[in-house]
Amino acid sequence: MTKFGEMPDRTGRDLFADAGESAIKDAGIDREEIDALYVGNFMGELSERQGHMGPLMAKMLGLDVPATRVESACASGGMAVRQGIHAIRAGSADVVLVGGVERMHNMGTTGATGGLSVAADDLWEIKHGITFPGAYALMAQRYFATHGGDREDLAEVAVKNHANAANNPLAQYQSEITVEKVLDAFPVADPLGLFDASPITDGAAAALLVSEDYAAEHDLDAAVSIAGTGQGTDDLALQHRDSLTWTPATADAAEEAYTDAGIDAEDVDFLEVHDCFTIAEVLALEGLGLYDPGEAITAAREGETTADGELPVNLSGGLKAKGHPVGATGVAQITEMTKLFRGDHVNSDAVENAEVGLTHNAGGTVASAVVHVLEVEA
Amino acid sequence: MSEEVRDDGYDDFMDALEEGDPYYIECANGHASLPPRRLCPECASDDLEEAALPETGELLTYNVTHVPTPAFADDVPFVLGIAEFGDVRLTGQIRAESEDVEVGESVSIGTDVSETNGERYIAFDLA
Repeated sequence: MTKFGEMPDRTGRDLFADAGESAIKDAGIDREEIDALYVGNFMGELSERQGHMGPLMAKMLGLDVPATRVESACASGGMAVRQGIHAIRAGSADVVLVGGVERMHNMGTTGATGGLSVAADDLWEIKHGITFPGAYALMAQRYFATHGGDREDLAEVAVKNHANAANNPLAQYQSEITVEKVLDAFPVADPLGLFDASPITDGAAAALLVSEDYAAEHDLDAAVSIAGTGQGTDDLALQHRDSLTWTPATADAAEEAYTDAGIDAEDVDFLEVHDCFTIAEVLALEGLGLYDPGEAITAAREGETTADGELPVNLSGGLKAKGHPVGATGVAQITEMTKLFRGDHVNSDAVENAEVGLTHNAGGTVASAVVHVLEVEA
Repeated sequence: MSEEVRDDGYDDFMDALEEGDPYYIECANGHASLPPRRLCPECASDDLEEAALPETGELLTYNVTHVPTPAFADDVPFVLGIAEFGDVRLTGQIRAESEDVEVGESVSIGTDVSETNGERYIAFDLA
């Protein structure tokens, strides 16, 4: 992945080429071996009047292969990964480049807020004033009313993820914060403040996927395997859900991915989850079956999900502190987890003996969710 | 999009709401949804009818929005909520001070217009 951060002058195509070239070099595979390209991107039309990124990004990387853009709001990157897996499993490709990119800072805060909002329902949400911070604030308020918990519990999630990013050179924020700082921050959409929210981020990420046969035939050191993939879909509009605090798309994606990998939730050693807002990490841990509904709100505060906890969550810094270039996020979860497993991530020591990792990438108010299970051999 | 172009179904609903006669869509199996619909989103029944929306709803959740989309740039801060009217849930802005709003309160439904661009939106009042 590229460095994540504030780079308003860098075009989406340049960011993607940067990440793609890094991925190809890291894998040590000749670019002629690549059979297909999938590009995750959410709002190129709005940020730089650029759609149709498949062909564009293929040529930016000197590739002459079938190239397709994948859009599922903030889950675009994870869905691009899933398309790559499908292509390999279907036997139509042996080597696939998957990636994602988003340029956001050139839109400004109000512009980016408006751009992101189109992942919601235009007729029944956007026209009435909903924003994404606002939508997650509605979920947080309902969570507090239904299960208890408060802003301080959520602040602990932000503090944890900032601590994880503090030494990650690719993260947007490499600084620790305090609970007080989170609680005193400007209220974006009360009860969520500025430090409950992931930032506006420019960046790209890419990964090279190969089939098992290809890895064996070419004697590749593919240390990490994607053992399971799953996807879930829910009503687009938050208001149409039976529950405002339970995310069936996450639960469905997890169930499919666990079955695909032949594991149970208890087998997961560490995770990268979609913490676009602090409450989102709580809802993800519950939807993934790692905590009962109403129980994950205290996980960060109790130290269960910190780097030295039983179940480290978002060792990369998460969306919250690593940054959230929306179309790139789902791919960055895969590349960061790969480095965590391989031992060349700044936080690798926290997962030295881990064998099973999980990535969870969500779109909108979790109307889309995609889960991947990553494994290494002990 | 040109101002004269309507969103059929949605704008019909908003017209009815403005006239104090809001409705929802009910299928033959009793599932509720909002227009436009050709099929019930729950059971795909194509036997759909309009039914009167209850006059008061229960506020399920709310926020106080400070950072808006461009369409509400001059409207912030505002209180936004989701309220349940029978089997139908709607998102709208609550015309009240945030200190007076609590989850579980009764609200009535109507329309208001954005101070930013004059577009109408769903508004709730504490009942």
